[in-house]
Amino acid sequence: MKFGVVVFPGSNCDADALHAFKDVMGQPAVFLWHKDHDLAGVDCVVLPGGFSYGDYLRSGAIARFSPLMRDVREFADKGGLVLGICNGFQVLLELGLLPGAMLRNKDLKFLCQHVTIRLENDQTRFTRKGRKGQLLNIPIAHFDGNYYAPPETLREIEDRGQVVFRYVDAAGRPTPEADVNGSLNNIAGLVNARGNVLGMMPHPERAAERLLGSDDGRVIFESLLAAL
Amino acid sequence: MIDQRILDNHNLTRGEYDLIVSLIGREPNLTELGVFSAMWSEHCSYKSSKVYLKDLPTQGRAVVQGPGENAGIIDIGGGQVIVFKIESHNHPSYIEPFQGAATGVGGILRDIFTMGARPIALLDSLRFGPLEAPRNRAIMEGVVSGISSYGNSIGVPTVGGEVYFGENYALNPLVNVFCLGLADKDKIFYAKAEGLGNAVLYVGSKTGRDGIHGATMASAEFGKETEHKRPNVQVGDPFKEKLLVEACLEVMGRGVIVGIQDMGAAGLTCSTAEMPAKSGTGIEIDLDRVPQREAGMTPYEILLSESQERMLIVARPEKVAEVRAVFAKWDLDAVEIGRVIEGGRMKVRFHGDLVVDVPVGAVVDLCPAYRRPVADAVPARGAQAERPMPVPRDFAAVLRRLLASPTIASKEWVFRQYDHMVQTNTVLLPGADAAVLRIKGSPRALAISLDGNSLYAQLDPRTGGKIAVAEACRNLACVGARPVGVTNCLNFGSPEKPEVMGQFKAAVAGISEACLAFEIPVTGGNVSFYNDTEGASIYPTPVLGVVGLVADVARVVTPGFKRAGDAVILLGPVTDELGGSEYLKAIYGREDGPAPSIDLAVERAVQETCLAAAEEGLLASAHDLSEGGLAVAAAECAFAAAGRLGCRLDLAFALRPDALLFGEGQSRILVTAAPDKAGAVLELAAKRGAPASRVGEVGGDGIRIACSGEILVDLPAAEAHALWSGAIPAYFAIKEG
Repeated sequence: MKFGVVVFPGSNCDADALHAFKDVMGQPAVFLWHKDHDLAGVDCVVLPGGFSYGDYLRSGAIARFSPLMRDVREFADKGGLVLGICNGFQVLLELGLLPGAMLRNKDLKFLCQHVTIRLENDQTRFTRKGRKGQLLNIPIAHFDGNYYAPPETLREIEDRGQVVFRYVDAAGRPTPEADVNGSLNNIAGLVNARGNVLGMMPHPERAAERLLGSDDGRVIFESLLAAL
Repeated sequence: MIDQRILDNHNLTRGEYDLIVSLIGREPNLTELGVFSAMWSEHCSYKSSKVYLKDLPTQGRAVVQGPGENAGIIDIGGGQVIVFKIESHNHPSYIEPFQGAATGVGGILRDIFTMGARPIALLDSLRFGPLEAPRNRAIMEGVVSGISSYGNSIGVPTVGGEVYFGENYALNPLVNVFCLGLADKDKIFYAKAEGLGNAVLYVGSKTGRDGIHGATMASAEFGKETEHKRPNVQVGDPFKEKLLVEACLEVMGRGVIVGIQDMGAAGLTCSTAEMPAKSGTGIEIDLDRVPQREAGMTPYEILLSESQERMLIVARPEKVAEVRAVFAKWDLDAVEIGRVIEGGRMKVRFHGDLVVDVPVGAVVDLCPAYRRPVADAVPARGAQAERPMPVPRDFAAVLRRLLASPTIASKEWVFRQYDHMVQTNTVLLPGADAAVLRIKGSPRALAISLDGNSLYAQLDPRTGGKIAVAEACRNLACVGARPVGVTNCLNFGSPEKPEVMGQFKAAVAGISEACLAFEIPVTGGNVSFYNDTEGASIYPTPVLGVVGLVADVARVVTPGFKRAGDAVILLGPVTDELGGSEYLKAIYGREDGPAPSIDLAVERAVQETCLAAAEEGLLASAHDLSEGGLAVAAAECAFAAAGRLGCRLDLAFALRPDALLFGEGQSRILVTAAPDKAGAVLELAAKRGAPASRVGEVGGDGIRIACSGEILVDLPAAEAHALWSGAIPAYFAIKEG
């Protein structure tokens, strides 16, 4: 399975994602330059974490206008797999490929820490190797991860099972304390209605090797490999 | 005409001015005077410190580059080198905490990637006034946000460091920033302007009026009126710097440039003078071609601006198009502003006029070196004999207060604002004895520790210098890393005060002695003088950054207790020293001496024991004893354990119980090992002549410490942890209502 990691100016988890797919998972993986119009025949497009264009405006607001994003949208519209991590999730929201928006974290601080997330939907192409209710230890690192959507949208995505990950405590309960950034309904990750576009704030590429403290993120990569 | 007032504004003495006149053979114009004043500032020239710095040991088999370049370089084998340095950004951080700290990060990053290395880790050594004062909290919040904003955006993890609090830093906080990069040995770049006729290219941000005379500002004391210095502080743009990193590493990788230098302190002046000075050439630039942020800038302003995110590149004329194409890909301009000439002069044109024409050697190398008056430092003796302290009745209460003292308390509030995991190399999260980064594609790992205790240095500068080196190396030993190189940041008061120079001289001698004992070379660093506000100097604060290598990343040792029943072993001597301790300071409000003593031979034996035990896989955990002594160290091992595993210690030493629990005697590491391996650890210690004793076992849910059977402290680990982790956040909690 071939992965393509998009490089925007200011992306800084692009090399980490490539390392995870290529060196850890042993899959072909390439960088895709944001100014090109070439998806290089990849099976899955990854929008990595970072600070595209410095995020001086709203996070991800400028990256969505990069030339390659037209191709990514077409790819997604045809059912291609798109994974947005952190800043990549923010770009997907700005692109409208996923519903809702990100606010600043509730404490108005950048947060970098390990969090526990609960897998809510094991029927997606990103999670089918996991099981519903499974707890995953995956780190976050963001300033704008406080998920917001209007009430009717929120109801819709909940009803359709589009919420894939939720912030929970060690016992697996979605408490207000476990909701580190203040996201509505403790939402940490979201899939589109069709199930081929996933956005998540936690960084699975940082949780792919035991040496770094957790390899719980591999369940997403293994699911993707099984998806083809 | 240049009069006394102009000289005062430039921090130049009449004697220095006369020297400039004789070096250039005429009176300088104002622009030339500005060039000399920046390059001859204390910050750029090291004029008060270089007579002492030359005594530091800088040689070593693995040294590729010692002091004098942008950063030091050590060969770590396998075709790779590490490039690292520490820098201060104290003065700007006091005036404007957020931008001051942010641009400190930006500056040290440029020092690293300008040499061809990709920056892979940042650490910070921070010192603030007590958190009770709102102003000190505001400075700390600004500094931490500034570091976080710059490092997180650019994608270099901030993996550790230290934070101390003391009254003497209230009006002069310290912000020391360390960066480490990794490069291929055959891809190192230097600040060279070789090859007559080669093009000089300006890349990065446009030049504005920010930061004019920053270097001069950092070379003078502050008075009450620091507000007007705010325009001297630069404004950082981490996004621009991220683009610069990628573009610079790309042109370096393609081999299309001759030399490169960042524009840091003294801006364009510094790079245009230093590059030819190092190559025996000259340089000619045209200021009209320099990209400018605003109209109407004078040559003086353009040359002395410290606008951030700018670099100067020298390339062969036929390669210029390729260099420009790479920068264009990253949406950056690369503008040809001049060329390399013969004759050793720096010639600057503006609107067709020659506004600067001076010999580069005079600007860069001929600043006078001063042997300033020195009042030799006299180590403080103990006042405890005259004013003995009562032995407390309730040791658990003392431990509670120490754990909540900000210098000892958890720094999670700080480091969780830093992205410490990006680049996916961070093996140990901040809070361990040392930061550990794996090297992708290799079984080895890098470890880094920053350390300094200014109270020890205040009480006895020479011993303080020795301890800073010893403790940084001890931190490395705790994770299983052998030290390979040192960088230092020497923060002191005004060199014009003889007692400050006495402290400086003694501290440098102590650092030298310890580096020789550990056989580690100093590859560079930074001196920050004039840390005085309203006449008061800070405590002498030498901060040591030591980098080490771990042979096998799978054998890295962590501080947390692992299994109930493991043996607890105290490596190192037990002494009744209380001087300079956080205990005396936090409980009795006393900063009495003497500083803890240190025997470098014992220190080395203890560290070698810990390293050997780590490398043989005998250790379950290791943690060094520092502020707060044995009791705090044991508590921290419990906090770092999964599930807050406690310990039961019983020490059979006949000395004051408070010295036993909280004294800060040096050269000590608390290690644990499975019961069947404890004997082997003790044997390793005996073979190396390191004191070692089995003092108890891991287990229970409390921190229990007894002396000869009598329980002194028995504190539930959960309660202790809550105090330790909650102390700093409580100062910053948003009060409702």
